[in-house]
Amino acid sequence: MRYLPKSPAERRQMLDAIGANSIDELFAPIPAEFRLNHELNIPRQMAESEIVEWFRARAAENGSGYQMLLGAGAYNHYRPLVIDSLISRGEWFTAYTPYQPEIAQGTLQAIFEFQTMICELTGMEVANASMYDGSTAAAEAVMMAMRITGRHHGILARSVHPEYREVIATYAKYQGLPLSEVAFTENGRVDLAALDAAITDQTACVLIQSPNFFGTIEDVAAVAEVVHAKGALLVVSIAEALSLAIVRPPAEADIVSMEAQSFGVPLSYGGPYAGVIATREKFIRQIPGRLAGQTVDRNGKRGFVLTLSTREQHIRREKATSNICTNQALVALMVNIYLDVYGREGLRGLAEQNLAKAAYARKALGARGKLLFEGAPRFNEFVLQTAEDSCELSHRLADKHKIVGGLPLRKFYPELGNAAVWCATELTSREAIDTAASEISQAPAGGHAPAAGSAALPDLAGSEVKR
Amino acid sequence: MSSKDIRKAGTHISQNEGLIFEHSSPGKKAFRLRELDVPSVDAASELGSMLRTDPAPLPEVSEVEIVRHFTRLSTWNYAVDHGMYPLGSCTMKYNPRVNEAVARLDGIAGAHPYQPDEISQGALRIMKALSDQLIEITGMDAITLQPAAGAHGELTGILLMRAYLESQGNPRKRVLIPDSAHGTNPATAAMVGYEVENLRSNERGMVDLAALEAQMNDEVAGLMLTNPNTLGIFDEQIAKIAEILHRKGGLLYMDGANMNALVAKARPGDFGVDVMHLNLHKTFSTPHGGGGPGSGPVACKRHLEPFLPKPVIAEENGELRLDYDRPHSIGRVRAFFGNFGMFVRALAYIMANGPDGLRQTTEDAVLNANYVRKQLEGTFELPYSTPTMHETVFSDKLQSKLGLRTGDIAKRLIDYGFHPYTVSFPMVVNGAMMIEPTESEPLEELDLFIDAMKAIAREAIEEPELVKNAPHSTRLQRLDETAAARKPVLRWKPEEK
Amino acid sequence: MAYPPEYKYTKEHEWIAVEGETGTIGITDFAQNSLGDIVFVELPKAGSTLTAGKTFGTVESVKAVSDLYAPVSGAIVAVNDELATAPEKVNSNPHGSWMVKVTLTNPAELAGLLSAADYEKFVAEEQ
Repeated sequence: MRYLPKSPAERRQMLDAIGANSIDELFAPIPAEFRLNHELNIPRQMAESEIVEWFRARAAENGSGYQMLLGAGAYNHYRPLVIDSLISRGEWFTAYTPYQPEIAQGTLQAIFEFQTMICELTGMEVANASMYDGSTAAAEAVMMAMRITGRHHGILARSVHPEYREVIATYAKYQGLPLSEVAFTENGRVDLAALDAAITDQTACVLIQSPNFFGTIEDVAAVAEVVHAKGALLVVSIAEALSLAIVRPPAEADIVSMEAQSFGVPLSYGGPYAGVIATREKFIRQIPGRLAGQTVDRNGKRGFVLTLSTREQHIRREKATSNICTNQALVALMVNIYLDVYGREGLRGLAEQNLAKAAYARKALGARGKLLFEGAPRFNEFVLQTAEDSCELSHRLADKHKIVGGLPLRKFYPELGNAAVWCATELTSREAIDTAASEISQAPAGGHAPAAGSAALPDLAGSEVKR
Repeated sequence: MSSKDIRKAGTHISQNEGLIFEHSSPGKKAFRLRELDVPSVDAASELGSMLRTDPAPLPEVSEVEIVRHFTRLSTWNYAVDHGMYPLGSCTMKYNPRVNEAVARLDGIAGAHPYQPDEISQGALRIMKALSDQLIEITGMDAITLQPAAGAHGELTGILLMRAYLESQGNPRKRVLIPDSAHGTNPATAAMVGYEVENLRSNERGMVDLAALEAQMNDEVAGLMLTNPNTLGIFDEQIAKIAEILHRKGGLLYMDGANMNALVAKARPGDFGVDVMHLNLHKTFSTPHGGGGPGSGPVACKRHLEPFLPKPVIAEENGELRLDYDRPHSIGRVRAFFGNFGMFVRALAYIMANGPDGLRQTTEDAVLNANYVRKQLEGTFELPYSTPTMHETVFSDKLQSKLGLRTGDIAKRLIDYGFHPYTVSFPMVVNGAMMIEPTESEPLEELDLFIDAMKAIAREAIEEPELVKNAPHSTRLQRLDETAAARKPVLRWKPEEK
Repeated sequence: MAYPPEYKYTKEHEWIAVEGETGTIGITDFAQNSLGDIVFVELPKAGSTLTAGKTFGTVESVKAVSDLYAPVSGAIVAVNDELATAPEKVNSNPHGSWMVKVTLTNPAELAGLLSAADYEKFVAEEQ
């Protein structure tokens, strides 16, 4: 087998050196009743060309070359070619975790640079070397707030990505952390009055997302005021990282948890992505995950090491800040390279293009339906209500026009009816937007408006995050 | 220094390189934006008070400098492509190139997780094929691919255990964990609200059955076992261990980190495991990437299947779809479906091997480890005489008498052109040296490793300073980790002018 | 390093110096030597209570964390803030670098602690 660098003669030679007659002797520790005496029932060994053909066929079934008008937590941005070219170097992608710093300075310095840029983007003082993704980063941020405050209650805005809320619920369940939800108002933002009423002296933190799941940018400063007045911490989750190039960073947050996928990470049907947690220096000992720190070697030369490791599982074990071990280092490297390619000016310009595309899409689609949550600013996503069912529209756009349309919201927010959240990025063509608009059957006069407290429509897909 | 005797590695010029920020200068650029095909908008009008007034001071550099920067940095790393990593329980095997190529195919890399099911059949087929084959490999009944890494898989597995036990009327309070366990095990148990109780090993390095019998009761949810364990020892008492747990209503969780000793030779589902996680970045060749991404699927027996994270993959009339109708599910452990890019790679690996290739792989892994063990016996102390499988643990006992510890020997190994073995773990062995060569190592590389270890043992006697102050040949020598922890500097800052 | 004869010691390597009702607590030379370079000391706030035998904080080195066990029960009246910025003092002067001062609530507990001579013997056996 081509990945096994042994000849039969060498195997024989090694068995002799060991003093074993056959390889079976080396498997004797496994009780005979459990030793397989037949081959596994999996497909036969395949040639490289057969493997490539099989996956090409799968890729074709996946509809490549579609125009994307879909975001909702995973964003279709252009990936500069240097990224894959560089990370394909074996020294990057076949390297291990940098526990031996003398022979891992490449990885460590790249992480240090990544941490720096995340701080610059978020306005926080310290950032970790990555978490699994935005959803688990949010969950870990909530756990972190609990550890810092010693309080045991969390509040999540309902405008936070529904799957993020589901993940937080799973993590919180056995940590003795009851969760509450706070509604959004007609402008798509967190209901401040409801939030104020919901915070108790047991609330560790409030989690909002900005831009939120509807694309709306939250008034972070106003939320922070309410949250801090009651002694709780503010956690801001960011799913569309590119927004940080042009939207005011959440400087009032105590913890920022984000998804960095927009920065040069392929969509890849949902993963691998890269979450990050960034926070203030005073919370440094509560931050989960790896941290790269600057130091010197015995000759005074600058170098980098993993540091504050005593927070982590391999030392602290059951008292660790988290159980996280493997993170998303190679994905963080992609992010690092992406941010260097665009840089200060490029990222800004790219964000401006996203704003322009989204504005055009809002206008074009808005003429065929009703735009929701218009009372607050947004980045590159918006919510449109249509006369027809969003799922049917979505199928028709895919079948007829090779366009992936907005995400139907009914299964997460039944009260919004035929609404979907749409996204336009620098890769979304004008033509695709125009085509999508033309495919939307005209809205009847009057449209639908979401009323807070209106009776929920029947839940079609059978999944919902209920509290 | 006797570097002339070191055969595997020499020294050569490596490029110096600063931080990318140190190359930055306003006006330099590595991008060109496309032309807009829609009218531009005024950001200030669009965003109002939410406009960012001072853009993040990200570096301004050219494409040339970026390529040089990351190329130079890469040359400072050791990697599997250079040579062996003898790290125990990490399974640093070859990362096949076909895996990388197929992961980058347009329809695969560009698929949005929320695109309609009818244009996701390829992605779903990949997930279904991997799921089916991992179920066959593990001998379990059902699987989730959602967890992002081993620790995440452990969390999922213990959540499944807890959900099942709750459905049986008593979630119980504690989880037993052997003293040889990886740190993620107790950390995970604590995250699921369980207390951790230590389980002793016996002098053969296996579970102390009497202790298990005594400690197992209706307050114990189960045992988190790695088998073979971190000593490389297969616990031959496994059937009895499972029986004790099951008899008292508990479950057996297996940490699958050491599956490289078992694939195609034995199946955890056959020997009584109820739930286990796999590490695709270990056993199934997906690359370590400097610390991730990984992927930690969790396989379980039928009685735990209803509790799996949702969605699961369902097939109807040849069409695959995502099924969210799972009333007993523990919920989600992450958004979307898991590290799909790693599923592609792991599946390509299994396909390249087939049943015979996987079996041969496991046999070579165990052969390599036993060969290294045999050749180093006598040079280093072997704390357990029990046979070992794909990894083996020595201790620094003989060398510590000369004032040298496992960490020093490990650092000197770097000068010999290798990455160190796992230092000071498992904790049951004082001064542990944990070695797992994997099947990817040619005999030549193994012999170079053995020679290096023997040379260092000689140096420990004849030239201890060489070992004590190693490494000598690297760009940087031992780094001050104390200063890094006392006064953490975790980001670059522009100099104040 | 000699162990001050006027101090009492625990098997978890803490020392306590008692004057009247006040006990001053730190860790021994053996402890700091085992840990290596200390990078962080986590201590409770003044006003909290110690319970004899229970953990009240941690001492971290680069590669290890050790729990601090209370030799006696009492109310914490002072915490050594210096250690927040200069944890290395515990390494260089373990018997002089105090961590917390407590007002003893049960002086009888002192009888159960080790004398300097007994502690020295205990440590010699550990090694």
